[in-house]
Amino acid sequence: MRNMERNLVLAAVLLTIGAMPALAASEDDYKTALAAAESAEKQADALRNKWTTTEAQLAAAKKAAAGGDFDAAIAAAKDAEALAKASVFQATSEQERWKDMEIR
Amino acid sequence: MRVRAIIFSAIAALASGTLACIAASALAAPDKIDPSADAKAFQKFFTDKFPKVKYEDFVNGPYSMNEDMRRQWEEKEQFPPYEFALEAGKEMFSTPFKNGKTYADCFANGGIGIRQNYPYFDEKEGKVVTLELALNRCREANGEAPYSYVKDEMASLTAYMAFTSRGKPMDIKIPNDPRALEAYENGKRYFYTRRGQLNFSCATCHVQSPGERIRAEVLAPALGIMNALPIYRSEWSGMGTTSRRFVTCNSQTRAVPLEPQSDEYRDLEYYLSYVSNGLPISGPGARP
Amino acid sequence: MASTIRVRATASSETIEVQALIQHPMDSGFVKDAQGQIIPPHFIQQLTFEHNGKTVFLANWGPAVSKDPYVKFSFKGGAKGDDLKISWVDNKGANDSTTAKIG
Repeated sequence: MRNMERNLVLAAVLLTIGAMPALAASEDDYKTALAAAESAEKQADALRNKWTTTEAQLAAAKKAAAGGDFDAAIAAAKDAEALAKASVFQATSEQERWKDMEIR
Repeated sequence: MRVRAIIFSAIAALASGTLACIAASALAAPDKIDPSADAKAFQKFFTDKFPKVKYEDFVNGPYSMNEDMRRQWEEKEQFPPYEFALEAGKEMFSTPFKNGKTYADCFANGGIGIRQNYPYFDEKEGKVVTLELALNRCREANGEAPYSYVKDEMASLTAYMAFTSRGKPMDIKIPNDPRALEAYENGKRYFYTRRGQLNFSCATCHVQSPGERIRAEVLAPALGIMNALPIYRSEWSGMGTTSRRFVTCNSQTRAVPLEPQSDEYRDLEYYLSYVSNGLPISGPGARP
Repeated sequence: MASTIRVRATASSETIEVQALIQHPMDSGFVKDAQGQIIPPHFIQQLTFEHNGKTVFLANWGPAVSKDPYVKFSFKGGAKGDDLKISWVDNKGANDSTTAKIG
């Protein structure tokens, strides 16, 4: 009985170790996510329309990565990318939509 | 994850709105830039919306919109909080530079009673020149380091210059130069463009909601809003420049501010000042 | 050095209305500078207005009062032409005073 239990535990541990790379985020994943976010923010910058919240999330991503927490870093980078893309959308759509607000 | 879902649904909403608007504006004829027609419509919008407000009173911002605030402000004006900055500005203005020259040498009429002519369009340079910019150029031309556009010294200097123009009507000129008209139009576009994560334009607060509250503050009407600058703000415990106000308005909508005296801000000041032509200079102002 | 105290006192019958604006940083000691260092507390602790040798207004202040404080109050028993003495002492031991005529 005890041997079987031990074998089961051993098997479970081995399976977990084998599965871990797929569950935990890697630094490479973070770098990809950050690059995507920074590229979108660069577009926003070219349109002179960056958001403070995008910048905050980029900073949070870098800080988390520096501390080794790549899960949090990737989450923050993805938020930053979404915010940056929204700010780009805002700038391009406002190129026409501003006229809706104009007093004529 | 939830943040992204919210953002994507917002984008979807914007997208469907945009498609509708593009369809509508594709039918409209392209507009010719007509600043005087704009100014007329702009002023009429506010005088229609607030028929009980005296025309000159619009320059007093929230005090023209709220009786209780007005009473407190009138009391404080007997002993205004900006007195110290004003005196400092007067002293700075009359103190010579290291080379012996003074600010008076850089400006028409010795710099006294001219604030209402700023900003102006410099046809040689092809750009809008604001008073703050002109002051720093004067400093640099005379071997002095420029002042920060968002700190006390520039605020004190412009406070004094505004004070010497108190009561004079805003008098911005747009020369018949396509570059000037474009600068004016850029400023107008900036004013009405939504920005920041909060998606506000200047118009959202100052055209759609004057007299109403944003958190604890009562919003000023856009008409005459430049006339009171620079302003002593209780929130800042001090005098603040036009540049500082533009920068902080941006960051309050969660937009990363542009550099002080960037083209957009200069053009914005040009537009907003022009559409308030005729209204008296009331600066330096005091605000909550 | 110029006085830090601006004062105006006006008489209407027997009531004197006093307004004063005092130049002082009134640092609370809770605010940090751009480098993250606490700006040390520097505020007026006591403000006194005297008329004919009698204290007509006494304020014991702390960090809650903002920069360049403004004070307004009225008192009875004064007359036009009388002297009004204003003085303050701050937590660093500095002080200033001035005398104004009731107008």
